[in-house]
Amino acid sequence: MAAHRCCFPVWLFILCSFSLFIIAGSQETTVAPEQHASVLDNPQTAAETAEQTAGESGGVEERRWEGTEVRDAAAQKQAEPAVLQPTPQPKDDFQEELVVRPLHSGDIYASFQFRTLWETDFMRGNKVSHYRLFPKSLGQVISKFSVRELHISFTQGYWRTMQWGQPYLPSPPGAELWVWFQDSVTDVDATWKELTNVLSGIFCASLNFIDSTNTVQPSASFKPLGIGNVTDHRFLRYATLPREIVCTENLTPWKKLLPCGSKAGLAVLLKSEKLFHSSFHSQAVHIRPVCQDWQCKTTSWELRQTLNVVFDLHNSGQGKREWSLFKMFSRTLTEACPLASSSKIYIDITDNPEGEQFELSPATSLLSQAMVLGDRRTFSVYDLTQQDTFGSVRSLNLLIRWKSTEGDMLRPLLHAERYVAGYGLQTGEIHTLMYNHHPYRSFPVLLLDSVPWYLRLYIHTLTVTSKGKDNKPSYIHYQPSKDRVRPHLLEMLVQLPPNSVTEVTVQFERALLKWTEYTPDPNHGFYVGSSVISSLVPSTVAMDTNSTRERPLFSSFFPCKEESSYFVRVYTEPLLVNLPTPDFSMPYNVICLTCTVVAVGYGSLYNLLTRSFQIEEPSPGLAKRIANVIRKMRGVPPL
Amino acid sequence: MGLLSDPNRRRALINLLTRLNAPICVVCYMAGVAWFMGLAFEPFTLRTYMSENAMGSTMVEERFPSGERAVATGREFAAHKKKVSGMPVEWLVKTMQARGLEVYTQRFSRTLPFPDENKERYMVKGTNVYGILRAPRAPRTEALVLSAPCTPGDNNNQAVGLLLGLAQYFRNQIYWAKDIIFLVNDHDLIGMQAWLEGYHHTNTTGMDWSPLQGRGGSIQAALSLELSSDVVTSMDLVLEGLNGQLPNLDLANLFYAFCQKIGVLCTIQGKLQRNDWDSVSGYSHAVQTMMLMVMKQASGRPWGDHGLFLRYHIEAATIKGINSFRQYKTDATTIGRLLEGMYRKLNNLLERLHQSYFFYLMPSLSHFVSIGYYMPAFGLLAVILLPGVLSVLTPLVISHLTGAALYMLPIRFQEMAVEHFPVSETEAVVLTAIAVYTAGLALPHNTHRLLSGEGTEQGWRVLKLVALLYLAVLLGCTALINFSLGFILALTLVPAAAFVTPHVPKVLSAFVLVILSPACTLLFSVFFFQELQEMPVSFLDGWLLYLSVISQGILDHFLYGSLVYPLIALLVYPCWLLFWNILFWK
Repeated sequence: MAAHRCCFPVWLFILCSFSLFIIAGSQETTVAPEQHASVLDNPQTAAETAEQTAGESGGVEERRWEGTEVRDAAAQKQAEPAVLQPTPQPKDDFQEELVVRPLHSGDIYASFQFRTLWETDFMRGNKVSHYRLFPKSLGQVISKFSVRELHISFTQGYWRTMQWGQPYLPSPPGAELWVWFQDSVTDVDATWKELTNVLSGIFCASLNFIDSTNTVQPSASFKPLGIGNVTDHRFLRYATLPREIVCTENLTPWKKLLPCGSKAGLAVLLKSEKLFHSSFHSQAVHIRPVCQDWQCKTTSWELRQTLNVVFDLHNSGQGKREWSLFKMFSRTLTEACPLASSSKIYIDITDNPEGEQFELSPATSLLSQAMVLGDRRTFSVYDLTQQDTFGSVRSLNLLIRWKSTEGDMLRPLLHAERYVAGYGLQTGEIHTLMYNHHPYRSFPVLLLDSVPWYLRLYIHTLTVTSKGKDNKPSYIHYQPSKDRVRPHLLEMLVQLPPNSVTEVTVQFERALLKWTEYTPDPNHGFYVGSSVISSLVPSTVAMDTNSTRERPLFSSFFPCKEESSYFVRVYTEPLLVNLPTPDFSMPYNVICLTCTVVAVGYGSLYNLLTRSFQIEEPSPGLAKRIANVIRKMRGVPPL
Repeated sequence: MGLLSDPNRRRALINLLTRLNAPICVVCYMAGVAWFMGLAFEPFTLRTYMSENAMGSTMVEERFPSGERAVATGREFAAHKKKVSGMPVEWLVKTMQARGLEVYTQRFSRTLPFPDENKERYMVKGTNVYGILRAPRAPRTEALVLSAPCTPGDNNNQAVGLLLGLAQYFRNQIYWAKDIIFLVNDHDLIGMQAWLEGYHHTNTTGMDWSPLQGRGGSIQAALSLELSSDVVTSMDLVLEGLNGQLPNLDLANLFYAFCQKIGVLCTIQGKLQRNDWDSVSGYSHAVQTMMLMVMKQASGRPWGDHGLFLRYHIEAATIKGINSFRQYKTDATTIGRLLEGMYRKLNNLLERLHQSYFFYLMPSLSHFVSIGYYMPAFGLLAVILLPGVLSVLTPLVISHLTGAALYMLPIRFQEMAVEHFPVSETEAVVLTAIAVYTAGLALPHNTHRLLSGEGTEQGWRVLKLVALLYLAVLLGCTALINFSLGFILALTLVPAAAFVTPHVPKVLSAFVLVILSPACTLLFSVFFFQELQEMPVSFLDGWLLYLSVISQGILDHFLYGSLVYPLIALLVYPCWLLFWNILFWK
């Protein structure tokens, strides 16, 4: 049994690094051999975790370390020992977790992740009909539309990178949907249309407004995150709806997909009145195929439901620098979801090793380290499956009390902003600014811009400048728009020089729409979705010259590979652009005016033009007429 | 229509019109002026009403509590301002950050084309500070602006204090759907111009500014606050912006509605509203208010920091606190609540303000004259020009060259003038302008030398035809964009255009024509404006004021892109010169 347990961490490590590899590389899907070698050559970690597992069973210690040595940003926290139960009965598994990160600005960031794994094959001929943990509605969608990967997010608000740093899972304001279809799909566009309508029903969202005018096929920006070797972007569809408002009606169906619903486990915290009383709210569903073991002999489907929320210090905290589960969610925790194999809460205490920033209660001795976004983070862990976590009051109410004051703005390594320049309703210019705050490393970024057709981009005016000099993109993929059919798609690979701002500008003309094409509130303006910037950013750990502080000298000369760069996706703000708008009360006036003009003006003009004029003989006077009558009677010719 | 299709009756009608040309012109002119004066008569005007449904009722609860603290912050600001003798940038950044805003600064510099003696500035350098309140769960697509200028001396400290107080209070509210930008602009309009150009990344006036770091999307509305005392008796609304542009009337309605609700005395043009419209004094009060607006609008200059927003299609107004000798005072808390109410309503906007009027005159805050009502007054004046069409080419080019000289020389020759004459730069510019203007009067003698042979009878007729058409188009276009300016110009130029022929007594007509020239119109306007403001001036003071008005006009053009100076120099003045030519036709 001991040997058996001892090999878990190795398995775990393999899985983690594998998933890291998939996400970070996000292109290749085969496992590189040196990766395995490094894992296998790492008995130290194995020993460490073995010690930890032993400690866990042994009781409370001063500081215990959890086995999750490496963790990734996007595919994070999937690594719990319980996942790797080698007994595959039953073939599905559910985990839940909550990460709480006290932010630099005094706000607080809570990120929920619920993961359901199911070893099944939707694509095989026989229909899958028996569902246990995996939601049937989504399973049917996968098999009916031959979906290989599906990512959908609903976000309200804008992630403030300058104040909050990078999110665990980035998402643009509004709704975003991107889907990879199986290569067996023949008519992708029709399938996509049908799929969006079905999802619209499942999530109570206006996804049915996704049509060809806002769908693009990015050639490089969105690679599959799961296994599979098809990267032909004909099977990819990407669309955003920047105007989509996210509210309770989207949250409820999302919660219903969870095995425990909102009845037990971490999901009891998801009360809409508190979640929507926040500065940022984002909920997402990601479905992808993943490997079940490191040789990838069997694959399973992973459903990852995430919910990110940021509570504002000033609005929700009433200015008091104190956060608790009850204050955030108006609930405390009493139990884990009984169906979950793992249920944990992580609190990021990296900036708080000695408790000088904030105070955390109740204290926990279980710690965990992970690589998140190129930075080594330390977390306090609360395991909800353990009864002693809840203490004597049978309920867990975590409390974070700040001691320091709020800091300045951050300088994240990569951040971006976008705006419309110029005035007037004829032309304009879109400026996209990308900041590289790294002191000495330059790195490439992939910029994706999808602009609706009614902004006619003048692509010859496209300029990319860094530090006052022209910066020629090494790759440009541009697909011009077609009026009323498809949007502009612009993808560029740009190298960002160190410590610089790169500005991408392109001029556009505002099209005059047909009168039925205006929205019911035309003077509100029209939205242009966020630009997407995807990049492998050099790690902050590599940047840290004092990294020898805690690490042995021999380990710190060459930057090790996992830490040298990490994948980041940044979304810019959407744009609100005013188009030339007619006065819609005008038709009435115009009808009145034209009728008048036609009736009076045209009528009389026509009359004048067509009438023939002749001088009329003046009618003879009465005397003359009488005289003529007499002359007629007399037989003489009249006067 | 029978009238037109019957040749006899048609002839009769034309005969009648030609015979009665002069009386009809006089009647039309009188009718035009009378109509205009009638606009201020209350029963003829419309009551203001809120058109925008999203701002329909004033049912928001204002709770702003901390006026006292805002006033104290204002004092603190004053102290820091005095300490650094200018914009206390660091203190402002720190204070705004402490209130939970995202704070950014913008540096700018501008060298004026010639020194501005009124405000004593030539090379201007400054820093704008602005803090953005990010609306919870709104993706930075829309914003509202609240600005307060940082003026030298003891003015406007309370405005900055109140702005910071409101920022703190607003920050704790959850209901914001639009980002709110709190801007403290240095060097009033120049700072505002730099900020707006930076925000929209345009450069219309050749100013140097550092690019902005933070933005809030498209700005929907803006208010500029001017407050120089702890308590006020009334709040004054200033609407006139650059080139006579006005904000949507709903903004004025919103202000009026909240003043009524909260019980703050509100004024426009510094005039309280009166209820005795049927009395002579009541009517003259309304006329006075409307005329003030007409004069201000015609000047084409921004009458508050809000004026520059209008170019960017952002509805904006300035709200000024006025402290007079009245007993009843309003404290900072009430003003804060007024602004809170207005911002909450603006926050509710689903669309840009577009429902109400953009072209209007206001004889009082509760009544307005819409474009449909005031245009006939202009039409009656313009119609006089049409019979004039019955009458013949020419010194058109020379007139325009004179105009171009008037536009360019004052700035170009200021250095030379300063060298040769004992005057300052500002005086040099103004005096050169007047000199070029006067030199233009010698034009007829010079043009005749250039023309071959004697001027014929038909010659002046053609000239007059061209001049009249020119004037008609010019005034028509001006009145569409800026009614007040168009109307004032029409008032003087139209009689000049109508009576002028070479056959009228020369000396008398020349005198009348000079009196009706654009420069004299401006001079009279200066005196009239002072009269309206109940601050009559002596002739000498008036003259000095006149000179400073000219220099301000030129400065406004170069600093903010005001179009009145080029309009007068390049179009109106050459047009008037044409009539001057006709008078001296040989």
